[in-house]
Amino acid sequence: MADKYYSTKLQDKVERSGLLMLLMLMVLLSIGGLVEIVPLFYLKGTMEYNKHPEILWQRKPGESMDDWKAGDGIRPYKPLELMGRMVYIREGCYLCHSQMIRPFRDEKERYGHYSLAAESMYDHPFQWGSKRTGPDLARVGGKYSNEWHRRHLHAPRSVVPESVMPNYPWLEKNTIDPNETVATMKAMRIVGVPYTDADIATAAAKVKGKTEQDAVIAFLQVLGTMVRFDDSIDYRE
Amino acid sequence: MAIAQVEGKYNFEVVRWFTVAAVIYLVVGTLIGVYIASELAWPVLNLNIAEISFGRLRPLHTNTVIFAFGGCALMASAFYTVQRTCGVPLWSNRMAWFTFWGWNLIILSAVITLPLGFTQGKEYAELEWPIDLAIAVVWLSYSFNFFMTMMRRKTSHIYVSNWFFLGMMVMITYLHVVNSLAIPVSLFKSYSVFSGVQDAMIQWWWGHNAVGFYLTAGFLGIMYYFVPKQANRPIFSYRLSVVHFWTLMFGYVWLGAHHLQYTALPDWTGSLAAAVSLAMIIPSWGGAINGMMTLSGAWDKLRTDYVLRFLIISLAFYAMATFEGPVMSVKTVNALSHYTDWTIGHVHSGALGWVAMVAAGALYHMVERLWNTRMYSAKLVNMHFWMATIGTVIYITAMWVSGIMQGLMWRDYDAFGALTYTFAESVAAVHPYYVMRAIGGMVYWSGGAVMLYNVVMTIRTASARRGATLATANA
Repeated sequence: MADKYYSTKLQDKVERSGLLMLLMLMVLLSIGGLVEIVPLFYLKGTMEYNKHPEILWQRKPGESMDDWKAGDGIRPYKPLELMGRMVYIREGCYLCHSQMIRPFRDEKERYGHYSLAAESMYDHPFQWGSKRTGPDLARVGGKYSNEWHRRHLHAPRSVVPESVMPNYPWLEKNTIDPNETVATMKAMRIVGVPYTDADIATAAAKVKGKTEQDAVIAFLQVLGTMVRFDDSIDYRE
Repeated sequence: MAIAQVEGKYNFEVVRWFTVAAVIYLVVGTLIGVYIASELAWPVLNLNIAEISFGRLRPLHTNTVIFAFGGCALMASAFYTVQRTCGVPLWSNRMAWFTFWGWNLIILSAVITLPLGFTQGKEYAELEWPIDLAIAVVWLSYSFNFFMTMMRRKTSHIYVSNWFFLGMMVMITYLHVVNSLAIPVSLFKSYSVFSGVQDAMIQWWWGHNAVGFYLTAGFLGIMYYFVPKQANRPIFSYRLSVVHFWTLMFGYVWLGAHHLQYTALPDWTGSLAAAVSLAMIIPSWGGAINGMMTLSGAWDKLRTDYVLRFLIISLAFYAMATFEGPVMSVKTVNALSHYTDWTIGHVHSGALGWVAMVAAGALYHMVERLWNTRMYSAKLVNMHFWMATIGTVIYITAMWVSGIMQGLMWRDYDAFGALTYTFAESVAAVHPYYVMRAIGGMVYWSGGAVMLYNVVMTIRTASARRGATLATANA
């Protein structure tokens, strides 16, 4: 009797046809991603503001982003913060600092309230990170003075002797480009960040003469300060 | 078959170039790795120069080892094995050369743009949008050429190594296209069209499957050809390879969300990924067992065949890493291991132990066939083997200890219910292990340098001999 050298008729068929194998793979390989990614765009439970609308900043007509105060709710980044974020990404800060606090007792005490999905809704790209060679920065805003940040960015070991962070002396020399700021805000608007025409029109003036260090500090100081948390509410069930 | 006949039948010149390029990039990529590991141990090495600071060199390290070394190894071996297993030359030799020069141009542009700070800020997908477009074109040229060659095969069945290569090509195309969708601001700056939680899920769907398909399925394709060839025995079980292939293809895609346990990603996604991750131990070990058991009854070959040693130890590391991974995806373990050096250790047991070792075995095998010679020095192959093995073990041990220590220190409470350690104390505590890691990396890199020397000498000797033979023939 001839050896039954194939495991099933289907496998035998697939093995003899490159096209069939290609098609099988194209279908099979798309399933996992579709199931895990697509629902995140429409399931109401993904974004906490569906149940707790107060975590979003309710901007009144005519209000500028400068009218926002800490705790008023999640808003898009101001021009200087946005450019600080650009520098943060450029320098690869996310490779050593996470921005995602997990719901554990020690993380709450070390970093603050656990992070919400809505808190990074304007983050293109997300900066949750995957590694804590340095501490989490999701709620670093307001924890240190601007002056501390200046010294720390210039020479981290002058304020934290154990630190292994590089010095960033070039940030205090480079200035923010107003044109790039406007272009970045326009791009952000295309992908869904609700900047108004007025926000964009006033942006250039707000970053003029500012250094990259000013921008990074503005970005760091707003991190985690947007939502005023109510301890009696569990935002993530 | 005489060399001239083989040469006339197949397109091997482009494979030779990919092979040599892979060896060079192995040395370069691991050297950058050693340097950034040293920066973490001795931050003064950042030298206050933006272009070589850790945050800019780290993407260069990952891009060089994954896309330059890994890519050239995959392209060399896929183009080599598809010809040999299908009994036909490449569908288009010219297109293969386009792939070669295109891929190397992409690598060159990565080497220039990443230190300058041009980045999309997504791990392992940092390259800016014009380079991303080039990657898509060159990757499709590679895949299309491979597929068309396979379609013209002389055999009735498609050999198993080609299944894995094909799976990788399809999946990497999906991943690269979706994850790189971005809105350009200028020629060298763009921002992801996705944000926050969706961007995180898409990134780790990419991130984990760059590992799962590029560094696993592709290299399993390598394993399925080179292990049986080097051992001169048929693969252990055809049936196992069928089961293992389809489950791996279906299952791996789901794992990405296990990088986001306890984050703001909805719980169902991470739990689903963790469940599938655990199940993936079975197909992963199916592959490892299939490769190792191919040596069943011929284990003595390991005593004399140094190339085979690379292939087999790589499977041991593969089995270990694919056990460790699912364990780390379990939520309780992940709560400790996530954000720590344990993750870095895990990646490197896969990258140094599995990917680079199986590639080294395949590259040695190809060098001997492509230049129709033996390696210049078998002793140096053996030396490389031991340096690579010892370097890997030092590296991953250091990261296990520092990673678990970090995890435990961060969550430790004293008798009064207060956090025992500041974050800075945990940074100070891992310093010795960062030094140890740099040493492990240095040993591994030296092994790669030995390989490069050995390959260069082999080719020079073989070329000189061929020149002499030709001269005699012409006289």
